[in-house]
Formats: sequence, structure tokens, C-alpha cells
Amino acid sequence: MDKNISFTLKVWRQRGPKEKGHFQTIPVKDMPGDTSFLEMLDIVNEELINKGEEPIVFDHDCREGICGMCSLYINGHPHGPATGATTCQIYIRRFNDGDVVTVEPWRSAGFPVIRDLMVDRGAYDKIMQAGGYVSVNTGGIPDANAIPIPKPIADEAMDAAACIGCGACAAACKNGSAMLFVSAKVSQLALLPQGKVEAARRAKAMLAKMDELGFGNCTNTRACEAECPKCISISNIARLNREFIAAKLAD
Amino acid sequence: MATIDSKIPEGALAEKWTNYKAHQKLVNPANKRRLDIIVVGTGLAGASAAASLGALGFKVLNFCIQDSPRRAHSIAAQGGINAAKNYQNYGDSVSRLFYDTIKGGDYRAREANVYRLAEVSNAIIDQCVAQGVPFAREYGGLLDNRSFGGAQVSRTFYARGQTGQQLLLGAYSALSREVQRGNVKLYTRHEMLDVVLVKDSEGVERARGILARNLVTGKIERFAAHAVVIGTGGYGNTYFLSTNAMGCNGSAAMQCYRKGAYFANPCFAQIHPTCIPVHGDKQSKLTLMSESLRNDGRIWVPKKIEDAKALQAGTKKPTDIPDEDRDFYLERRYPAFGNLVPRDVASRAAKERCDAGFGVNNTGLAVFLDFKYAIERLGEDVVRARYGNLFDMYEEITDENPYKTPMMIFPAIHYTMGGIWVDYELMTSIKGLFAIGEANFSDHGANRLGASALMQGLADGYFVLPYTIQNYLSDQIQVPRFSTDLPEFEAAEKALKARINKLMSIKGNRSVDSIHKELGHVMWDFVGMGRTKESLTTAIAKLKEVRKTFYSDLRIPGSADDLNVELEKALRLEDFIGIGELMAYDALNREESCGGHFREEHQTPEGEALRHDDKFSYVACWKYTGEGNEPELIKEDLNYQFTKVQTRNYKN
Repeated sequence: MDKNISFTLKVWRQRGPKEKGHFQTIPVKDMPGDTSFLEMLDIVNEELINKGEEPIVFDHDCREGICGMCSLYINGHPHGPATGATTCQIYIRRFNDGDVVTVEPWRSAGFPVIRDLMVDRGAYDKIMQAGGYVSVNTGGIPDANAIPIPKPIADEAMDAAACIGCGACAAACKNGSAMLFVSAKVSQLALLPQGKVEAARRAKAMLAKMDELGFGNCTNTRACEAECPKCISISNIARLNREFIAAKLAD
Repeated sequence: MATIDSKIPEGALAEKWTNYKAHQKLVNPANKRRLDIIVVGTGLAGASAAASLGALGFKVLNFCIQDSPRRAHSIAAQGGINAAKNYQNYGDSVSRLFYDTIKGGDYRAREANVYRLAEVSNAIIDQCVAQGVPFAREYGGLLDNRSFGGAQVSRTFYARGQTGQQLLLGAYSALSREVQRGNVKLYTRHEMLDVVLVKDSEGVERARGILARNLVTGKIERFAAHAVVIGTGGYGNTYFLSTNAMGCNGSAAMQCYRKGAYFANPCFAQIHPTCIPVHGDKQSKLTLMSESLRNDGRIWVPKKIEDAKALQAGTKKPTDIPDEDRDFYLERRYPAFGNLVPRDVASRAAKERCDAGFGVNNTGLAVFLDFKYAIERLGEDVVRARYGNLFDMYEEITDENPYKTPMMIFPAIHYTMGGIWVDYELMTSIKGLFAIGEANFSDHGANRLGASALMQGLADGYFVLPYTIQNYLSDQIQVPRFSTDLPEFEAAEKALKARINKLMSIKGNRSVDSIHKELGHVMWDFVGMGRTKESLTTAIAKLKEVRKTFYSDLRIPGSADDLNVELEKALRLEDFIGIGELMAYDALNREESCGGHFREEHQTPEGEALRHDDKFSYVACWKYTGEGNEPELIKEDLNYQFTKVQTRNYKN
């Protein structure tokens, strides 16, 4: 059985995008180790509501690490201390008695704060809309086995496709770059014969949109790869750059 | 009394859909641009429908409550998607997929709908591959398959343990393309709170719009369209603890129900056998372990009661129990299907063992799912390659290594087969209001087979609704775009604001979650895996108390005209209470056991579900009669013309 842990929560409160935020300090007593980090916030919120205060606002949904909704900066790391896990997959047993646990929203120019720990990640949708697809209509498609795809290629495409669009990459990057996110989609589709057809157009369009939305560029610090909850490799960024340069040379 | 017309086309089973398409009315491309369609929800059904309708040229308004369409809970489906491709040469076919689905649903689904589902299944796989969905492949470069419960062929396509994610991202990509092309307008962080009906010149009420709350500003916004499509998923969160995402809710379905749409078979809820057991009273949700694990994992409990007691007390470890003292109860009871029996059967068998005292874990409410044998047979590397991400997830949550010690699992609420009643065209009993995916009731009968939810969501969205909705819209082309200033919108908004103000002004002492937990306990204890007349009568009485608590002691901090998460949850909870009552009424009425609905009074001497086809071979459609009142039952008879209805047998 897990033991109970007591710690101090320092959590970011901010009414709106233009308003000044501050840290609220909340002591947390005897939290069972098998409580998830978000369940701990639920419990803290329940106490705030019972005291007549407004609860801490944070994004969350599936609570099993796949929807990409949760987005907390815990002790300076997007998605907290674990590697290859989202915030909702962090359990209290990872912390120690007496710790100070600091919780902030994503800090990135591309993701303005809506309230408290909730940010606006609409920019990622816009980048996807710029070209993150294969241009096919519904129906009239050849048989799924018409084009064999070598297993290693399909596996590599799947590695890239595992991105959950949470925004941790841009939040971790000192340049506020969304390159890991963009490169994951560009790679997935460029690797597959179905997506290769418009690979050049896609790379250019998605990168142009990323620049337009105020995300920074990549200087290979690899912070994104280290913090990505799905361990997306920065080799995807190299592939994106190759696709982009090839597309520009062809212009 | 109202009558039900399911609009099933004439002809032989295999010809119905072809005949329908050959004779249905279509809308020409120039007219499509003049027609608006609201699609609520961006899961597999909603996103695929919005993308397909947009690609056809309709103007689509697409809503979701999350910050992005890609977050919809379809994303969490792990195992796979069925199709009758027969790539493995196992003898699969459309008719076999149809038969397995009908039988899996315990003969409580419509034959014509299920056959159509099986027919379009293959096109879904083609579509997804064309979108760049990276399905698992064999070394020869062709698509791989795995096995799922309730089938003796291997027909499940998958992308590691993240099939739902990849399929949803495929649909989301297609949707993103239509947004770029200007055919779809997205409204994220918007929650539908009412459907607006407007009478046409002949006095017929038609769905012409919705009210939605902007979850960031708190403002109520009005949207008008020629048709409304609901793709908002299931209502499993009525039980508080389920495998659903925290935001999943049944509110859109309830709004349709209150406006006159029938709610069909609400008591058919699927309890998934392989979830991580409950660990404490502060838990917020349950985590599913994919059914695919049952391909290689073996389920067991101890044979000896003293071993079970020792395991519960923690004085023995599972690895201390020798093979001969392990009861592989699924293999024992169902030799033909073994660990791959359908979910309802596997869940009930686990409950039977736990009720008899053979359960493990400190609560006695768990069984083992053991990979020791698979590791001996295949090696740890192969097991890791197949299930690595699931094993990691299990270890992160439980702090135990499933390569070394068996997993512990227990059934949990997962999916709801019941939902908004729809006819063959996926239209509800309100004209112009459609329901797709898990939100409707149509294809899974009393129990859904694994890997069939993804199939149905995408079938509805890509290949069924884009046809059938045209048959409705073809005579709407002369109808100009609507103004949201119509008195019907005005009245709906006034009623909605009154509803919100009522909740805001209770100012009691209880948080939404605390009341929701209370509801969940009532549902699990009295409308759960085993139901009796007594338990259901008790449930109805207790739900009245929960309703009373809700209206007298609820506390919502903050303001209604602002971002307010507690208000969002309160509105959903109000609807969950109504759904809980509907489920209890339906379960009480259905005096038989079938699929996920098990009435303890109705079982065979071996403890299997006992159907009463002479009395209950119908879809129970419930009509709203006012808040808190007992709803009216209308029956749609199920006429099995093509399949021999028999007792489900997974033994031999």
C-alpha cells in the first residue's frame, strides 16, 4: 500500500488573459500515494468549493494520457516529473513529504491563458487546418491493401502519429517553437505513400502557419523531445527540414 | 398511442441498402451550398459526418465542448476496428460479421441496420488508409489483424493500442481540410444546451437549430440550420465512475428527449470486464485495459477459497498459487471462445466468482489477467511489442509490474448501447433531427462486441448519414436560411436561462461531484451488473432522493455569465439524474436477461442470461411526459426475418 504524503501546493491563479496572475499557496495534508495528480486537484477544489471559493480551473478529460487535454507545468516541467507520461498519468507517490509542488499553465506566447491553468491551444488546430491532412474525399477509395507499405515505414509513421497535440513541446521550448508538433504530422504523412503526393505543399503550408501564429523556430535544444509525453523524436524535425528545403528548392 | 416507423427498405437483407441508395432522393451540388447542417460532437461519428458533409458541399457548423475536435473521447479507444475484409482467409464475410454482431447483441438489434453496418465496414478501412492512418502491418506490407471477443475469425484492424486515436485523427484531419476549404465552421468550447424546433408551413415541427453555451464567456449563443445531427456519445458517466472521459455526458440526448425524441433501450449499458479495479473513494475515473489483452492473457481466480482469503489479506502472492490451484473460469465455462467471450459474458462471470468469495485484491473485487503463459510461449519481447504501452500504463497506475505478477482487473461501465431512437435513416422521431454513433441506439442490441464501436461511429459518419440526410434535405432546398430571432429561439433561450438561474440560486452546501458520486453509487448498487425487481424499485425511490438533494442543496460558486466549470457539471448532472431514472424504468420493464442487462430472476440453471423472446423482442422507446414523471413506453417490434433467433452459445 502507498503511504500518505503531505506537501505545499503553489498554484497559479489568473482571472483572464489580460489580468495579472499570482500564486496561491495551499497546504495539502495526507494525500494517499495512489491518488492521481488531477484527483488531488479535484480534492483541493472540493475543499475550495466547500469554503465558498472558486475552484482552480484546469483542462482535463480522458485521464488516461491520450486526449492531450491536460496541460500543467509541474515544478518547471510540462506534464511534471515523469517521462513519457501526461499530467493525468502522474501519481502522488512520485512526490515526497514536505515538498513544495508548483503548478503553472503552459507558458508560451502561442498559448494565451484563459483562466488559471487553462490555456488556448487553438493555434494547433489552425496549423492542422493549413495542411495536416491527405486531400481525399469520402468514398471512391481503392482497396486498403492496394499499396503495400513496408512494416518499418508503417511503424515509423505510427511513432510520429502518436502525437497527442497537447502543446508540451512548444511549452518546453525556450523559443516557443511548435516544430515537434508540426514535424510529427508532416513526417507521418510524408512517410506513407498516401501522404507523399502533397508532402511538399504540406510542409510549406504548416510551417508558414506556425510562423504566422507567433511560434518561434527550432534551435535544436531538444527540450521538446525530452518533455514530450509520447516521446516523439526530434528526428522528425530533421525530416520536416528536409521536406521543407526540397520543397523550397523546387519552387 | 404513437406508432413507430423504422422505415426499413423492402427486399432481401443483402439488397436493402443498395435498394435504398438507388431510390433515395439526392440534393444537387448547387443546392447543397444553400443548406446548413449543425453537427454536435467531434468524435468518430461527429467528425467523420462533418467532414463528409462538408466535402459534399453542405455548409456545416460543428460543435465540441473541448478545446479541439481532436480531444473527443473516441480518441481513447484502444483495441481496434472490425471489418469483413477477410484478408486473413479465415472465412470471414459480410454475412458472418452481420451474424456475429446480431448474436453478440443478443438478438435485440435491427437486422437491416446491422447488415448495412457490416456492408460498409470494408469501405471504412479503405477510407482510413487513404487518410494516412498508420494501421499495423505485416512484413509483406499488407494490413495485420487481431482477434476480439465474440468472433472466431481475426478481423480487427489496429494501430498499436491507439486505434481510436489514429482513426479520430484521420477524421479530424479530414475535418481540418473542410475547415480550410470553408465548408465547416468549428465551434470549440461550446456546449449544446437545447435543440430548437420550428413549425413549418404545414405545422410540422422540425429541428432547426440549437442553443449552445460558450464555455469561455458563459454566453448563450443561438445557431440555426436546416438539420441537426447529434453525435455526442454515450451516457456511461451516469455511474460517476466509468471508463468515459470526465466531460462525457448524456445531455444532448436528454435535450432531444425532452423535446419529444424517443430514448431507446436506456438500460442496455456495457460493463467492460478488463478495467483497473477501484482503489479508493477519491477516485475520479476508471481506466480500461484493452480487450486485446484477452488475446494472450488468461483470466483466473484461485480454486480454493482459502487461497482467495490469503490473497485478499495479502499473506499470499498470486505467483504463490500453483497452476493446478488456478481456476481459469472462462476457459472452463466457455471452451469454444475461452478468454475471448463477449464482454457481457466475461463481466458476469467475474462477478459470479467474486460474489462467491473467490475474488482477489484487498477488496475481493478483482480477478487476475495473467501473461505468464504468453511470456513462456512467446517470450517477453513479443509480449512487450504487442502490449508494451498498456503494461506501462498499468504499472504507472498500480505501481505493479505486469511482466512479473498478473494484472488485476474488474468490470466497469464502458459504453451505452441504448440512446436516442433513430429509424433506418438515422433520423430521430423529430423531423430533421438525426443521431449518430454511440448517441443513437441502433446497431448493437443489448451488447456491443469489441472493436465495433469505432466501426459504427465511422459507418454512420462517413457512409450512412451523408446519404440518408439528403433524402430529408431534398425537399428543404426551397427553405431559406433561418434567422435566430424567431420566437422559437427566443422562447428556448428564455427557458434555458430560467433553468440555469434556478440552479445558480439554490446556494446549498453540496458540490456537484459529491451529489454525482451519490448518484453513481445508487446506479452501480441497484442498476448495475445484476438487477432485480426489488433493486430497481429501490433505485427509483433513491433517485428521487438524489433529485431532491440536487435541487435543494447544490452549490455552484461563481457566476453564470462567465467561465464556470461547476455550472457545466451541474447541468450535466441534472441530465444524468434523468437518465438514471430512465435506465431504472427501462430495466424494471424488461423482465428478461439479455446482453448487458441481467435480471437475476431470469437466468438459466447454469447462470446464463435467459431471454423471453415471446414478450420482449422489441426496442423499448421511452417518450418524455414531464420532469420527474414516469415516461411512456412505445414498442418497436423486432421482426427477425433472416436470422434464426436462438440462445447465445459460446460454449461449443
